[in-house]
Order: sequence, then C-alpha cells, then structure tokens
Amino acid sequence: MIEKALAGNRFYWSWITILLALVSLGVYSYSQQLTYGLTVTGMGRDISWGVYIAQFTFLVGVAASALMVVLPYYLHDYKEFGKIVIIGEFLAVSAATICLLFVIADMGHPSRVFYVLLYPHPKSMVFWDVQVLNGYLLINIVSGWTVLEAERKGVSPPTWVKPIIYLSIVWAVSIHTVTAFLYAGTPGRHLWLTAVLAPRFLASAFAVGPALLILISFILRKFADFDVGEKAIHKLTTIATYAGIANFFFVGAEFFTAFYSNIPGHKHSLEYLFFGLDGKYQLVPWMWFSMIVGIVSVMILLYQQRRPSKKLLIAACTGIVVSLWIDKGIGLIIGGFVPSPMEEVVEYFPTFIEITVTLGIWAIGLLILTALLKVAVAVKKAT
Amino acid sequence: MIQNRRKFLKKSAGLIAGAGVVSGFISKYATGFAKASTEKAASGKSIRWGMVIDMRKCIDGCVKCIEVCHVTHNVPEFDNPKDEIKWIWKSDYAKVFPSKDQQFVSEETRQKPFLSLCNHCADPPCVIVCPTGATFKRKDGIVEMDFHRCIGCRFCMSACPYGSRSFNWRDPRPAIENITPEYPTREKGVVEKCNFCSERLAKGQQPACVEECPENVLTFGNLYDKNTEIRKILKENPTITRKPELGTNPSVFYIT
Repeated sequence: MIEKALAGNRFYWSWITILLALVSLGVYSYSQQLTYGLTVTGMGRDISWGVYIAQFTFLVGVAASALMVVLPYYLHDYKEFGKIVIIGEFLAVSAATICLLFVIADMGHPSRVFYVLLYPHPKSMVFWDVQVLNGYLLINIVSGWTVLEAERKGVSPPTWVKPIIYLSIVWAVSIHTVTAFLYAGTPGRHLWLTAVLAPRFLASAFAVGPALLILISFILRKFADFDVGEKAIHKLTTIATYAGIANFFFVGAEFFTAFYSNIPGHKHSLEYLFFGLDGKYQLVPWMWFSMIVGIVSVMILLYQQRRPSKKLLIAACTGIVVSLWIDKGIGLIIGGFVPSPMEEVVEYFPTFIEITVTLGIWAIGLLILTALLKVAVAVKKAT
Repeated sequence: MIQNRRKFLKKSAGLIAGAGVVSGFISKYATGFAKASTEKAASGKSIRWGMVIDMRKCIDGCVKCIEVCHVTHNVPEFDNPKDEIKWIWKSDYAKVFPSKDQQFVSEETRQKPFLSLCNHCADPPCVIVCPTGATFKRKDGIVEMDFHRCIGCRFCMSACPYGSRSFNWRDPRPAIENITPEYPTREKGVVEKCNFCSERLAKGQQPACVEECPENVLTFGNLYDKNTEIRKILKENPTITRKPELGTNPSVFYIT
C-alpha cells in the first residue's frame, strides 16, 4: 500500500523536495547542537526550556485531536466522517512522531534516551508521557492502516481492530492530560500550577485539530481532487467553534483568579506575557495578537453556522491554528519561566540553529503526513 | 494505634501508588500526612544533614565560601550568564526570599546579599519529577546527582522553586582553571548543583564552604540529633526557610 506514496505529479515531488531540503538543514543544525551542546540554542539557566518543548506541547494537542473525528465516527456512528477519520488518524501519527523528536532534540544527553525505560520512575510524569505518546502512536498507526488496508481489499476491517479504536479514544485524552501534568505539578511555576491547565490543553487541542483538518480538507480538494464532504467540514467547524469558546473561557478564568485574588506570584507571568514586567515586554505583541486573532476567529466560526463562506472559514481556521500555536507554542512555556524562581526577568531569543532544527522536525512531520495522506487518498479514490 | 494508622496510610498509599498516573501525588500526600520527613521517629532514619546560615555575621563582598566550593567541585566559569553554572552564590534578600519582601523596607535591606544554594529539601520536587532517578534523596537527606544517569531533560530545573540547579549547556572542562582531581568534572548535557559536600562528609570532613568561612556564618550538622550545635542554634534563634508555603521542607535555615 505504501507504494502509492511514490507516485505523484511534479507538484507533489517539488513539495517533497522542499521538505527534504528543510530536513537536511535541520539535520545539519542538529549536528552542530550535538557537537557544541545546547549552548547553541537561546535557552539558558533561567529559561531552561524553549521552542522544542513548546512545539512538543502544541503537537501533543494536534495528536490528541484525532479523537474529535474518531469518536463521532466509531462511537456515534456519524457516517459523514467516513472520509475524514483516516486523515485525522494520520495527522495524529505524524504529530505524535514529531512530538517524540522534539523531546529528543531538547535532551542534553540524547544517547541516554532509553534510560527512561531502563530505569523507570513512575513518580515522574515524563515516564507516563513516554508510555502514552508511544502507545498512542502505535494505536493510530495500527488502527488507521488496518482499516485502510481492509477498505483497499474491499472487505470489512478485522474485528480485533475495533477495541483498539475504542482504546484510542480514551488514550487521546490521556496524552494531553499527562502532558499538562508535566507542568501543572511544578510547585514554583505559577503559570503552570493550575488545575485548569489540563482542561485548557484539551479545549485548545480540540479547536486546533479540527481547524487543521478543515484546512487539510481544502488542500486535498484543491490539489488531490479529493472531497471529504461539506457535512464533515460543517461538523468540524462546529466542534472547533465550541472547543475554541471553551479554551478562551479557561483563559479568562486564569485571568480572573490571578488578578482578582491579586496574589503577586499568580499575576507575574500573565503580567509579563500581556503587559510586560520590569521593563521587559518581548512577548506582549505576540500574546495580544494571539488573543485577538483567536477570539475574532472563534466569532467568525460561530457566524459560519448561519452563513457559511469558504474564504472566511479558511481565514478563521488559520487564525485559530496561529493563535493557539502562539499561546501554547510560545507563551505557555516561556511564560512559565518568567519571572525566574529568584524573581528575575530574563528574556529568551531562539537562535538560528534552534529555529532550523525546529523547522526540520516540522518538515519530517509534514513528510510523514504527506506520504500517509497520499496513500489514504489513493485508496479512498480507488474504492 | 497511631503507629498502626501510619503503617496503614503508608501501605494504602503504596497500593494506590501502583495504580497509575496518580501514584506520584498520592504517595507524596501520604508522606505529608505522616510527617515522615520532618521527624526522626516517623522516618526511621537517624541522619538528616542541614545547615544554618547566620546572615548577621556574613560580610558584604566576601566570597570565600563560593570560591572554595567552586574550586572543590570543578565548577566552570563562563562569561555568558546564559551558560552560567553555580552551586552557591549571593543574591539580593528580596530575590532569595521573594515572598518575604515587605512594604516600607529600605532598599539596603532588600538588596542585602544573601547566600543561596540547594536546600536539600526533605520533600524535593526535583527528585519526584526526574524520569531516571538521576537526582535522588539519600538516606541522610542529601539530594544528590548521578551525572552518569542524567539524560539532560532539565525537568528538575523546572521543578526546583529556588533556581538552585544549573545545566551544562556546553563542555565545562575548558572553563575550569585548575582541575581538582578529587572530584569528577562533568560533561556537557547534564544538570548539577550543590551536594552538601557528600564526598567530604564521607571522609568525616565538614562541607568546604563551612570550613572556609572566616566568620562562622555557616553551621552544618545532623538535624535529627537533638544534641548538635545546629539544633541548639535552631532552638535559640528565630530562623526562616525559603518558600515554606510550597511544602518542600528545606534543610537550609537562615538567621536574618
């Protein structure tokens, strides 16, 4: 079945070439990082996690969001998702893969990565995160691929795959909950030390995932002549809308608790992110941009229920993805380190090497996604 | 009866601990209830090393303890603050004790240099988050690092509420002026921090900083032994610890 990814037009191969070029650049930069250490990144003693861990956090959400198509299709028998469900699963596979790559990119001693399994420490959330992410990756590859293969052969999928699919539903929630627990259990970081972090992670994931799926659907319609169906897109819009509303509700709740209680520690990180602290305000424009674009996009999505417009839908979905990428992929991680435990405000600037490694890993994810979708579309079209 | 209840609590915590994701939290709470970490009888351990820092005696500008520590442990010296590694250092009072920063206090008090180092917490958040056990609490209370086990994930740095941990962002060896052969140098990619001079304690010596201080600012001893100098000082003086509200139970006490 994989051979279907090797047949494409000139446009397909140019896209693959661009991605491979980015991967090569990333590999080169990573070799520099391996040689000289993480000093080549913008991270330091005070901001000890940067874009790598931030991308990881964002992408766990993308991976988890497959739930939003698998659940309606398999559990509620929502037939309209018949064509999109495999796209959701393959999106999860590529996102989960690069989540793991970002973790490895962030490690000071990547050659010791298997120590996590060799010396397991179940009290550490990292231990559980490694289990759930790898498990989720496996579950989605197996269930997605098996169902697709059955479809290609024109038979119904084997019965053993059903329980695995149901497991993936619960598992999707677990990956983002455990990821939130990585942060929500640290006593000194007020931005993370909040019970609403896991629900907020899930809400933002369930907004970003469907928004991405809508965008992918439009791309497939344009470049692969493959239509997932208007009803599916309409349903995804509804899901993204309400998940987006839930996300911004949680953000508002964070602001209320911090500023109404007036407890300095609770306020500091939010102050740094949105208003600047100690004369440092590097992220302020980013955060306001994220907030405004995000809320406007959710409002446009809500309006789609009454008057659908393809252009506005694409704009709003892009807005949601960009907004929540800034929120989770920049603000949440960097903001957690500011101010430092010694109340110092240190700023973080990712380096060229760090950015190219990040782009390289994203390119790997897009390569996997492109190949998998190529196979899926070819099979779907043939049947 | 109380002993039984304690056993029961511990056993049930142990059972639940196996149950999955929640294990970390439950057992942490269970030890909290039993107060195992702060009293000798409950913990069944006989040594818990601790330190009192009498800041009334500490001289402004004196850095002897810092120098001797960093030489003893081959701590590299980098110009770039991003790469900085420090085991013990001086910082403003208001930064070492951010939650005790008072209104109407003079700038002098707020900026008075205070010594800062690893607190060797009885309930260390850095240990609970470490995925490989590279950082662990010894039976004598010292929070120790195994440089050969550390994968460099820096989770401990996120979890430490005191900023006491440093990471080797680059190869530290070229930045060590004179290597002390008695203590290992590190390689890039691992975390390090104060170890209460566990290597010196093993030889019956006091920590280097304690020995070097000309003003006897630092007192080191066993917190579980009622007859030690450190317990006497703790009994006779009002002392504070850093961020006690976080429940980490530091073993480093300050007289301000």
